[in-house]
Amino acid sequence: MESSSKSTMIQATGLTHYYGPFPAIQDVTFDVRKGEILGFLGPNGAGKTTTMRILTGYMPPTRGTVTLGGYDVVEKSLEARRRIGYLPETVPLYTEMSVTDYLKYMGTLRGMPPRAIKARIDDVVGVCRLEDYRKTIIGKLSKGFRQRVGIAQAIMHEPEVLVLDEPTIGIDPIQVVETRRLIEELGKSQTVVLSSHILPEVSMICERVLIINEGRIVAEDTPKNLAEGLEGIERLEIEIGGPVTEVLPALRRIKGVSRVAHRSLPQKELYTVHVDPSVESGTDIRDEISKAVISSGWSLLSLQTVGMSLEEIFLKLTTHEDL
Amino acid sequence: MRTAQAVAWKEIQVYFSSPTAYIVGMMFIALSGFFFARDLNDPFPQASLVNFFDGATIIFILIAPALTMRLMAEEQKLGTIELLLTSPVRDWEVIIGKYVASFVFLIATVSLTLYYTILLYVFASPDPGPIYAGYLGLALYGGAALAIGLLCSTLTSNQIVAAVVAMGILLVMFFADLAADNIGGTASTIISEISIRSHFEDFARGIIDTKHVVYYLSVIAFFLFMSVRALESRRWR
Repeated sequence: MESSSKSTMIQATGLTHYYGPFPAIQDVTFDVRKGEILGFLGPNGAGKTTTMRILTGYMPPTRGTVTLGGYDVVEKSLEARRRIGYLPETVPLYTEMSVTDYLKYMGTLRGMPPRAIKARIDDVVGVCRLEDYRKTIIGKLSKGFRQRVGIAQAIMHEPEVLVLDEPTIGIDPIQVVETRRLIEELGKSQTVVLSSHILPEVSMICERVLIINEGRIVAEDTPKNLAEGLEGIERLEIEIGGPVTEVLPALRRIKGVSRVAHRSLPQKELYTVHVDPSVESGTDIRDEISKAVISSGWSLLSLQTVGMSLEEIFLKLTTHEDL
Repeated sequence: MRTAQAVAWKEIQVYFSSPTAYIVGMMFIALSGFFFARDLNDPFPQASLVNFFDGATIIFILIAPALTMRLMAEEQKLGTIELLLTSPVRDWEVIIGKYVASFVFLIATVSLTLYYTILLYVFASPDPGPIYAGYLGLALYGGAALAIGLLCSTLTSNQIVAAVVAMGILLVMFFADLAADNIGGTASTIISEISIRSHFEDFARGIIDTKHVVYYLSVIAFFLFMSVRALESRRWR
């Protein structure tokens, strides 16, 4: 117990927050280990930003507690805040300041001594690749660069915990890749909590994912396990040349097939075969299908298995829809 | 405390580099010049700044809210308040920093009118008492107006709303003694004591009464305290 509490950086217990009568999050409990990169994944309005704001001490939860590095973010707010670097969803920048001035100001607010600030600006500007824009007025920077300035201010005081709310929203793909690389780099030395509604992003960067929907945590695991745990539901996309009225019942007769959907495309008949995961057919179902097709004299034009992507898992968890 | 200084220094830089502040400052100089010059056209002109001080109290109702409206409202609009409140900065440090910055700019603007005093000394021999006392009173009066403006700015993310509400409060406080004349008894006394103008009159005459100094300092303390509470209240709203 002793050693595990030492390695826990953030402990959130039973977080509930109401905006008026509406619960934004309900009974959210999780912990973040030291040095971990944790991803919050959820559709817009799921409660990600609310959770981030509570973590950073911007607002207290209606119920529940958060400790950060052992300090309660409400009771020992200043101590907890000293340990946080935060990038809110809308990158908060004083648009009339230059990059250097802004970083200097943020460093001072975070309680850094003046001499350390100067040296640290050089580091941070290097890490965030802002070398050529030190003197540029922030208002004149493009969105991607503003995002970098936002990250720069968050890491300025070398915080123990980095909280990034939708760090790659609204920037172009090349910058997204760069930002992700930067976060991964930072994650090596710091604890990072980030939120996103983009799945590949989270699965690429994060060691652990919390899927949050309608204010509740619906799943928690590594991206790999999440994908594997729901892997059983597999589909086959098959293109068959043959009369639809005959092909459909033939496919449905095959053992292990739970459902068949059919789509007509120009010069193409596409069938989506859902495989029943509970039926162990013993042989590969693709084998059965191809045999059935060929023995009926139709042509098997294409066949591919479609595994469940993280996107689909995500949709399944958050919308309760059968895919 | 160092963070309060940092906030103040940052805001001072914004004031001195923004056109709005210069326009406001220019407005003050132009209008106050008009009030000052009005006296000199008198058939028997007096070497005093009484008219200028009277005018300045009216002009402050316009310019103090214009100077403070940005301070907190913009932070809320830009979202930078989220950074401010998640930095290890106490709420009062933010408010004091902002307040000091606006006060410094106001004093800098008012100090340009020392030019009038120099003119008086060049062309006449004015009584120095009312001039010293008047400037002290003006600083206190301006300080109170700025504190009111800062509270309004803390309560909204809309700068226009902040300015208009602050002007409204200042106008009501300015004319409170006129309202007091129409009613009698204790209520009348209380209302006239609230008047931000009636407390200024003695300063312009060269009298520094502790009562009035305490009044302005209380107004400043009260509105700054309310601003801190308003900022804190963002956390549980």
